[in-house]
Parts: sequence; structure tokens; C-alpha cells
Amino acid sequence: MSARMRHFTPINYTKNSALKLITLVFLIILYLPIINLIVFSFNDSKRNIVWRGFTSKYYEKLFENEMLFVAFSNSITIAIISTIISTFLGLTTAIALWKFNFYLKKYYDIALLFPIIIPEICMGISMLVFFSYISWPNFQLWPLSLSSIIIAHVSFIFPFVAIIIRARLSMLNSEILEAGQDLGANRYQVVRKIIVPFVNPALVASFLLAFTLSLDDFVVTFFTSGPNSVTLPVKIYSMVRFGVSPEINAISTLLILIIIICTYFAIKFLSKSNRELMK
Amino acid sequence: MSYGQKVDIIDIDYSWGLANYVRAIDGVYLVTLFKSVVISIITTALCLLIAIPVAFYISFSSTKIKSILLVSILLPLWTNLLIRTYSLIAILRTKGHVNNTLESLWESANHVLNFFRLASYNFIGESFIPLSLMHNNFSVILGLCYIYVPFVIIPIYLVLEKIDRNMLEAAYDLGANHKIVFFKIIIPNISVGITSGIILVFIPCLGSFIIPELLGGADSQMIGNIIERQFKSANDWPFGSALSFILIYITIIILGVRYVYSKLYSRLYPGNIS
Repeated sequence: MSARMRHFTPINYTKNSALKLITLVFLIILYLPIINLIVFSFNDSKRNIVWRGFTSKYYEKLFENEMLFVAFSNSITIAIISTIISTFLGLTTAIALWKFNFYLKKYYDIALLFPIIIPEICMGISMLVFFSYISWPNFQLWPLSLSSIIIAHVSFIFPFVAIIIRARLSMLNSEILEAGQDLGANRYQVVRKIIVPFVNPALVASFLLAFTLSLDDFVVTFFTSGPNSVTLPVKIYSMVRFGVSPEINAISTLLILIIIICTYFAIKFLSKSNRELMK
Repeated sequence: MSYGQKVDIIDIDYSWGLANYVRAIDGVYLVTLFKSVVISIITTALCLLIAIPVAFYISFSSTKIKSILLVSILLPLWTNLLIRTYSLIAILRTKGHVNNTLESLWESANHVLNFFRLASYNFIGESFIPLSLMHNNFSVILGLCYIYVPFVIIPIYLVLEKIDRNMLEAAYDLGANHKIVFFKIIIPNISVGITSGIILVFIPCLGSFIIPELLGGADSQMIGNIIERQFKSANDWPFGSALSFILIYITIIILGVRYVYSKLYSRLYPGNIS
């Protein structure tokens, strides 16, 4: 009787112990390597196999390491500039796709998704081939030496921004824009006073998202970076190839921390944006 | 560029020949391509096997637990791929944690056997032999699964949320058991999520090169490694472009198949577009 009764009344598969076990084991396996990485960045041992006591010397070492500092500042610079550009491009693309109908719009939509869909390595090498084909100058001066990476990043990040902002824009009643224009606003004012305030939460969220995407990216950067434009993930990659060391753990922990903070705020703004839409 | 020919160290002749494609589909490269496809298929299958129960559990748990679980699955997605791969190395290497744990297990087992004076029979081997978990196909597949499982969980979860729970209850009322409900109701309803999950995993798997590079050995090279080598060390850009274009073609074919499939699907089940 009770065995059959359990099927009635709201279905609840979470009581199933096999499902519970699989989920638990999955989460443990998902987090074990990352937690291990963070814990062992404080380990006082060069070979990093057994725990030999707490230390923060590898973090101190990081701050003395000139190369890592350069890589880090490169990464941050690239992330900031490409985020600003791709947020702007994404916003304008989203407005264009939302407001206007133009020739081949359907195909433009698909083309926008292309950088997201194709394997990252293809994106990276196509950028490499592109820059060599147009013989993009190999600048020696600092901010300019990052220009090719910035262009590459913008080209794969701005579709993400456009998609997020467009999802938000689709909720905006376009008659409001016409009302604004009736009341004497010019086009610039319509964008500034109506569209931007409306998409603001999505704008902030995609800004942070773009920042993490750019900071995190390895594959595309790997192919477009030159000897004088090394970013943090590329630097980590070259360190990882020589084996496991606590310094890599320390720098990875820092990077994870930055990304978690950015993601936290991105999710917060995105859910705020969604909540407002529900009202 | 993939149609050109390399004539010099830096000069490339755009000759519109198919020589690079011909080279790409013979011998060792075809084997590697085939191997990458096989590895990606295995990875995708494993990811699905893990993802379906987990997505199930998430979608049926209470609202609060659900959001915690979702964030905890999304969080690793945002940590760097490279860092996550690196964190696996520390676990899997010969003197890593898995082998250390196994070794201590072996030692305690040996102690127990010693206690019963059975150690001389060598039931569990003369001494502890560390498992070789790194630099083989196993580690590549494990690494790919580890990285890409969240990508399958999310779409499956999203379609599971849309299933009308009353439908499941109705099925149970009508005397269906778990098996019938799963195969007749749940699988057809989440097939859209499954296909997008497969695409989200299969395509990046095929093009991945960090994971086989760092976790794989000499015999577990994937097509991504070969492409990378054409551009970085072998310096044969036209051939590398040809190989990567083959990847893009495969991607487009998969997406095309998916498009046709979804068209057919919506024609077969008109009310069921999700």
C-alpha cells in the first residue's frame, strides 16, 4: 500500500537515493580538484605532494615576479579595453537587430552566433591568419602591442553582449520610443534617456561577463599574442608545461578569486534584471 | 588560405588547389581525426550519462536547494579551463592524490594481511604499483568529461523544468512504472535539451587542444593538437587552415543535422515545441 502511495501526491525524485548519490559524488568530483588547488597554494613544500604546513610565501613570490606582473597588467588592460568596446558594439548591435529590419537580417543573426558556435581553436587561428594577411604591424609600444589581442577578444565577446542585451530589449515596448520622439526627443536622446536606462541591468551584467570572458580566454589569446604581449593565462600555460608548482596554484587561486567576484556581481545584476521583467 | 600552398618559410602562394585537403584526409591525419571523433563521442556519451541524473535531481529539488546546486554547477564553468585542467594534473599524476590514497589503502590492506600471516601469498601484489592515470586516452576523456559535463546539465535541466509534472502523475496513475515513465515521457520531452547538450559538448571537444596537450600522451593527440602544431612549431599555415576548416565543416554539418531534426520533430509533435 505505502509503496504504491508514494507514487501519488507530488512526484519527488529527490528521495531516490541513487540519484542523490550520483549528484553528491558528481559535485565532490567537480570541486575536489579546485579546492585541492586552492588549499595547496598555501602549502609549504616545493613539490606540493603532501601537506607541510601553512605558508603564504608563494603569494609573496608572485608579487616579486616581474614577468607575472607584466602578464597580469596586460590581461587587465586587455580585459578593460575590450570589455568597453564590446559592450558598446554589443549594445548598438542589439538595438539595430531589435529596432530595424534590414536586408539579410536573418543571416546577420546567424553570423552573429558563429563566433560562439565554432570551436575556439578555429576562431584563434582565423584571427592569426587574418592579422598576418593584412600584415597588422607588430607594435613595440606597450598599449598598442596588445591591439591585436583586443581586436580578437572584441570579435568573439560582443556577440555574447548583443544576445544578453537583446533579450532584455525584446521586453521594451517600442511605442515608448515613438512617444519619446513625438515629445521632441532626437535619436540620440531616445537612446540615452530611454534605451540605456531600460537595459542598464543587462548592460552591467554583460559588462562583467565580457570582462571575465576576456580575462579567462586562453585559446584565442594564445594564437594572437606575440612575445611582447603575454597575458596571464598564456603565462600560466607556459608554466604548467614545466609541471606542478605551488606558484601556479597561487596565481590560479588569485585568478579564480577575481573571476568569482565578477561572476557573482554579473549574476546578481542579471537576476535583478530578470526580476524587474517579471513585475 | 587553406587552398594555398606553402612555398617559403613565410610566403604563401594562394593557388586555390585542394592539395591540403587531400593531405588532410590521408594516412595519419585521418586516423587522428577519426580518433578525435571517437574520443568526443565517448566523452559526450559519458557526459550524458552523468548529466541526466544530476539534472533530474536538480530539477526536482526544492527552490532553495535548486538555486544553490545551479550556482555550484555554473561556478566551475567560469573558472579558467586551463586552471581546471591543471588542477586535474595535481590529482592524477603518478605521485598525485589518487595514487597516494590507493597506496595508503594498499599499505593498510597489507598490514591486515600481515596480521593474518597471509602476506607471503601476495594476494594484492608484491608492492604497490601506481596506476598510470596521466598521459593516456583515459586521462584525456576524463579531463574532457570533467570540463564539459556542466554544459550538458544546463540545457537538460532547462527542458526538464518545462515538463508538466501532472503528466508524470497521470502516467503513474495509469499504472506506468519508473522505467516506462522515463523512456516514454521524460526522454521524448527532454530530447531537445539532450541534442543541444550533445552539440555544446561535442563541438568544443572536437576542437580542444589544451586538455589533450596537458593530460594526454604521445598516443592521445587530437586534431586540435595537430592544428596548433601547424601554426606554432611546424609552421605550415595552409595545411593547418585546411585542418581547421574541416573542423568547421563538421560543425556546420552537425548544426545542419540538428536543424533538420528539429524541423522533423516539430512536424511529428506539432504541439510540443520547446
